[in-house]
Amino acid sequence: MPIKTVKEAINDALVQSFENDKNVILMGEDIAGGKGREQYQGTQDAWGGPFGVTQGLFTKFGAERVRDTTIAEAGFFGAAVGAAMTGLRPIVELMYVDFAGVCFDQMMNQAAKVRYMFGGKQKVPMVVRTVVGAGFRAGSEHSQTLYSLYTHIPGLKVVAPYDAYDAKGLLLASIQDDDPVIFMEHKRLYMTKCEVPDDLKPIPLGKGKIRKSGNDITIIAIQRMNLFAEEAAKKLAEDSINCEIIDPRTYSPLDEELIFESVKKTGKVIVVDESNPKCSLASEITSLISEKCFSDLKSPVAKITAPHTPVPFSPPMEDYYIPSAEKIINVAKNF
Amino acid sequence: MDKKKLNWIYKKLFTIRFFEERIKKIAKEKTVPGYLHTCIGSEAICVGVMAALNNDDWISSTYRNHGHAIAKDCDLKKITSEIYGRKTGICKGRGGSMHISDFDRGMLGSFGIVAAGPPVVLGAALQEKINNGKKMSVSFFGDGAIHNGAFHEAAGLAQLWNIPMLFVCENNGYAEATATDWHLNTKELSDISKAYDMKSYQGNGNDVFEVYKITNEAIIESKNNEIPIFLEFKNYRFSGQYEGDTQLYQPKEEIEEAKNNDPIKLAIENSINHGLNADKLEEIKNIALNEVNEAFKYAETQPWPDPEDALKEVYVSYPKENI
Ligand SMILES: Cc1ncc(C[n+]2csc(CCOP(=O)(O)OP(=O)(O)O)c2C)c(N)n1
Ligand SMILES: [Mg+2]
Repeated sequence: MPIKTVKEAINDALVQSFENDKNVILMGEDIAGGKGREQYQGTQDAWGGPFGVTQGLFTKFGAERVRDTTIAEAGFFGAAVGAAMTGLRPIVELMYVDFAGVCFDQMMNQAAKVRYMFGGKQKVPMVVRTVVGAGFRAGSEHSQTLYSLYTHIPGLKVVAPYDAYDAKGLLLASIQDDDPVIFMEHKRLYMTKCEVPDDLKPIPLGKGKIRKSGNDITIIAIQRMNLFAEEAAKKLAEDSINCEIIDPRTYSPLDEELIFESVKKTGKVIVVDESNPKCSLASEITSLISEKCFSDLKSPVAKITAPHTPVPFSPPMEDYYIPSAEKIINVAKNF
Repeated sequence: MDKKKLNWIYKKLFTIRFFEERIKKIAKEKTVPGYLHTCIGSEAICVGVMAALNNDDWISSTYRNHGHAIAKDCDLKKITSEIYGRKTGICKGRGGSMHISDFDRGMLGSFGIVAAGPPVVLGAALQEKINNGKKMSVSFFGDGAIHNGAFHEAAGLAQLWNIPMLFVCENNGYAEATATDWHLNTKELSDISKAYDMKSYQGNGNDVFEVYKITNEAIIESKNNEIPIFLEFKNYRFSGQYEGDTQLYQPKEEIEEAKNNDPIKLAIENSINHGLNADKLEEIKNIALNEVNEAFKYAETQPWPDPEDALKEVYVSYPKENI
């Protein structure tokens, strides 16, 4: 079976979606690159976005469907809403999720609400692909995750894959989905690899995944935090603590059943989220468990998150900011 | 022009060029963390505008800020230490290369979000107006930023409210990998100001003396008439978007051609006309290079911040246990 990086898996899913549906288009800043210099050889498709994820799409599918934009996010996000309402399946790239602010209105008030507000006759089948995550030494304005910002809004779906397999399957599903979907790609995971079948089917949104089964402690890990959960679980196994790792994969809708089943079994839960703690996915999942599984709990749900600060630049501070395997192990041992 | 200012201009030009060349080198060696955006080709704009400003006038910058910070007389050692992520950095290691700022030097901030600066500078200028202050307010941004709503909303309000301030657009030919001549809707970039009936001037961004003259006059006009003014300076972005950028989209012929107008080369050629002889020029150059070397030597040996420093200064006042 072919081994793919997350980056390649996403590119594959885009190519496949473009081939299967002529209504799929892609818009974003330098998703091809080299605009205005086409007369020189080798300048087209020079970037493929800052991480090279969309490399090759322009050459394969042309300028009509793969559109470089100006730095006008509110403009092309709004255009995606209108195009989606009238028959296209636009994918728009928000280069870093930190730029959400300049075009959030189009997502929060237009994309999310037209179906409901206008009597259920319309749908907005668009996907926002965006890059999230700390650990890149990229500073406060290029490192946030902001999962909960979108999850909070009724009408938006939120997906955050961990590995290449899920990235491909979930992106295929997101593009086919009839609702607006925010698809979050973690910059520290792009180069991680796993087996991804060429004929992988779309993975339904709203289905979580048990990455490792166990009986003693449930670790619910959000996106990159699965890496630390796996590391911690390995170490804890040496002390005969057998962890179950749950990767919810999508946050709206959330696979609550999968989480509750695991909590019933273990009675001890750690939620790991690299976002800021207040009104976060971690606090949301914790509160759901407290509401629905109170009698199953053997101790209070533990949350491991970033502190309530922006993401700092300097390595020692940023490493301190991000949750770690050690932090998970410490909490697990103190249950 | 008085000798002191002239020497200052040359020293700053050389300092920025040497500094950015050194940054390019350490970027290749991967000795510093994070993204690095250098401004080789922008020296004349940074220095020419700042030469017309007072030390405490307000400016905003972007992720491409090293030249602005140096020309604004921020401490070179502390700038470098910040880029290295050290405790003694100008932002205590919290900002990094993209956010070099020093409020004490009138730098309101270097923002990583394109076009975030103009509205903030509008606010500083409004404050000056309300308080009968004397400080000028200047927002630096790139050609790509003129497509963003934040720029337009700031421009509209500034004109409507009669706010003395300068919108300084550095038209360096590219916004990331997108060429300016493709992304402009108007023939000239500065035509954008016509939508707001805003006064505008264009200049050669490679000629430090032209930049200085235009800016100087614009400041007087802006203050006297209580109006915002849009300045467009044309130059060339020799650097990639960031260090490590392949620059495949910048044709070799174009880069070679642009070298004829390299701002440092032009300034050196011009120096005789301004009464600077070759010896003096060499002396200034050496001082600049020495200061740059000292700054990097300093930064390399500075202590790292404590991890827990991450928790400080999020708010002016807030319960510590809630962070
Ligand atoms: C709102 C927003 N969108 C996109 C980006 C990503 N980005 C960073 S720099 C840049 C190009 C800016 O070009 P220009 O304004 O010409 O400035 P230059 O880099 O040439 O100095 C883009 C698109 C961003 N930082 N902020
Ligand atoms: Mg530019």
